[in-house]
Amino acid sequence: MSQQTAAGTGPLGRLDEVKLRSRPWAATLILVGGLVALALGIAVSVSFGAADIQLPVVWNAIFHFNPDITDHQIIRELRLPRVLGGVMIGASFAVAGAVMQGMTRNPLADSGLMGINSGAGFALALCFAFMPNLPFMSLILYSFVGAGAGAAIVYGVGSLAKGGLTPARLVLAGAALSALLSALSEGVALYYKIGQDLAFWYAGGIAGTKWFQLKIMFPWVFAAVLGAIALSRSITMLSLGDDVAKGLGQRTGLVKLAGALIVLVLAGSSVSVVGAVGFIGLIIPHLTRYLVGVDYRWIIPCSAVLGSLLVVLADLAARTIIPQHETPLGAVLALIGVPFFLYLARKERREL
Amino acid sequence: MSKTTAISFDEVRRKRGFRVLAVIAVLIVAAFIISVNTGYIRLTPLELLHTLLGRGTDKQELILFDFRLPRIVISILIGAGLAVSGAVMQGVFRNDLADPGILGINAGAGLMVMLLISFYPATSAAPVFMLPLVAFVGAACTAAMIYALAYKRHQGISPIRLLLTGVAVAAGMSAAMIVLTLRLDPDKYQFVATWLAGSIWGTSWKFVLSLLPWILILLPYVIYKARVMNVLNLGDQTATGLGAAVTKEQFRLLGAAVGLAAASVAVSGGIGFVGLIGPHLARRLVGPKHQLMLPASALLGSLLVLTADTIGRWILQPSEIPTGIVVAVIGAPYFLYLLARTKS
Repeated sequence: MSQQTAAGTGPLGRLDEVKLRSRPWAATLILVGGLVALALGIAVSVSFGAADIQLPVVWNAIFHFNPDITDHQIIRELRLPRVLGGVMIGASFAVAGAVMQGMTRNPLADSGLMGINSGAGFALALCFAFMPNLPFMSLILYSFVGAGAGAAIVYGVGSLAKGGLTPARLVLAGAALSALLSALSEGVALYYKIGQDLAFWYAGGIAGTKWFQLKIMFPWVFAAVLGAIALSRSITMLSLGDDVAKGLGQRTGLVKLAGALIVLVLAGSSVSVVGAVGFIGLIIPHLTRYLVGVDYRWIIPCSAVLGSLLVVLADLAARTIIPQHETPLGAVLALIGVPFFLYLARKERREL
Repeated sequence: MSKTTAISFDEVRRKRGFRVLAVIAVLIVAAFIISVNTGYIRLTPLELLHTLLGRGTDKQELILFDFRLPRIVISILIGAGLAVSGAVMQGVFRNDLADPGILGINAGAGLMVMLLISFYPATSAAPVFMLPLVAFVGAACTAAMIYALAYKRHQGISPIRLLLTGVAVAAGMSAAMIVLTLRLDPDKYQFVATWLAGSIWGTSWKFVLSLLPWILILLPYVIYKARVMNVLNLGDQTATGLGAAVTKEQFRLLGAAVGLAAASVAVSGGIGFVGLIGPHLARRLVGPKHQLMLPASALLGSLLVLTADTIGRWILQPSEIPTGIVVAVIGAPYFLYLLARTKS
């Protein structure tokens, strides 16, 4: 296998093209700059709120914790877990979206649009209603199962159709399934009077994130993001088309299965903490591709950083839009995401 | 000879269509009898007849006239309204999957109703006759927005872009609605949540009266336009060639469809999928000609909502499942099935 093939001829040439069209410098800049911005965002988010707390106090609360000081308590028990939860789910949804968009070559792929989030949400509604004292670990597992079931139904319906799985078909199937599952969740919620708890939680609240949730969630998310990075080269090949990937000797079925598992773990665990937040996985990969090119080895880590940044900033906005009132994070993201989605839907020339 | 057979074939078809309509009507009557009997207190058909003729006991009269009948009448009206609204949208946009729920028009109407309700201290204080009007404003704005967003110069409206736009707009509306609902106090929240899930909450004659003019004016208007709709179905160019003012007619029909959907949403919250299923089943039973298809849609929609409402009241007695949830449980799988069958 020589790397000397002229660009644009044969599978290897296509890979060269990917190299030409990726911008490693831009990507490095985003990774470094994004992490710095994220650190700043976290600092602002922790010190800013109903009670403004000076940054030195924040520093002390983290490194010289004194349980007798109220501010230290606020930071330790409320703001820090909240902002770290935001970082985690931002990275999860963004990476899940990037993996899905790369593998399916579908610009509208997003766990929120494809029934995965609502599947996990329905599983959780059932848990809330029938097993209110379930430990969080089991909740996460149930929400994996729900996410998987949702994805399987949407994919199944999309693939059954003549003409195969077009992006639009996937979105419509996802919308119908979400309608069905949210109707069922609402029915369960109304009957068991768990409505407002669920609603707060569905609306994408990271406000109630607890340390133990983070502890349980972290290994899953960490492993899944690492897995996505490990898989990123294969995802780049898949994004060139199945035939190209096969021509380069890739076992596409295996890669797709691994990718699907990663997506389910990321979406399932995130939904179990914050509820069904959509649009992160839709917006961020597009933005990242625009900035760093088409190589998923750069797209996936950059998506993780930018996704975290988006959620931390959206959460800050959610706390400040209407003072004294928490605007749900999911609503803020939808207000950013809907116009973006509409723009994508308009831009598509082909039968979307 | 061949001419006569052609005519007779048409005749046969029309006769068959009327037979189908009659069968659905009989089914609605059956559903009505079952529905009247669903609940705490049972009435035998004979008692029912006596009560209807004004010879029942006070208790029977109270249950029938003040609780069950208005609700049944409303189910029948909104079922017809939503189904015909969906039929018109499917016809005008030439898109089999169009429905006021999927296109986000119900969400727009709902958002305005929510706003109105949240400004009133108690739910009963909200002026009933304002509701359909307010809902209409919301629905019309939403429809205009979706149309503008999905329209592209030189291409017009592509069916799939229309649906995607509708789905997105509905998501945006839901987000706005969530922001609103969370700021309500718990009692009101419970009411609004139930309403959003599509429960027929206007269970008094007041609501029937506020809904009735909308249905009574718009439904016959749309059926009167059946021929125009047949022509529109042939495609814009053919229809123009046949002398139809295409854009004007589309605008009028869509206005009527939006009105029907909005008035229905105002008293029943977000019941989706009726506008999708009704017309589809109607087309299968009586064919695509709108003269028969529209009345059949109306009847099937009524039957669907009435049945769903009865199931919702019966399944978890004494508590209720909102009708919209029952309809979604029936309707969403059907939508998925249609999606799997249509070619891209």
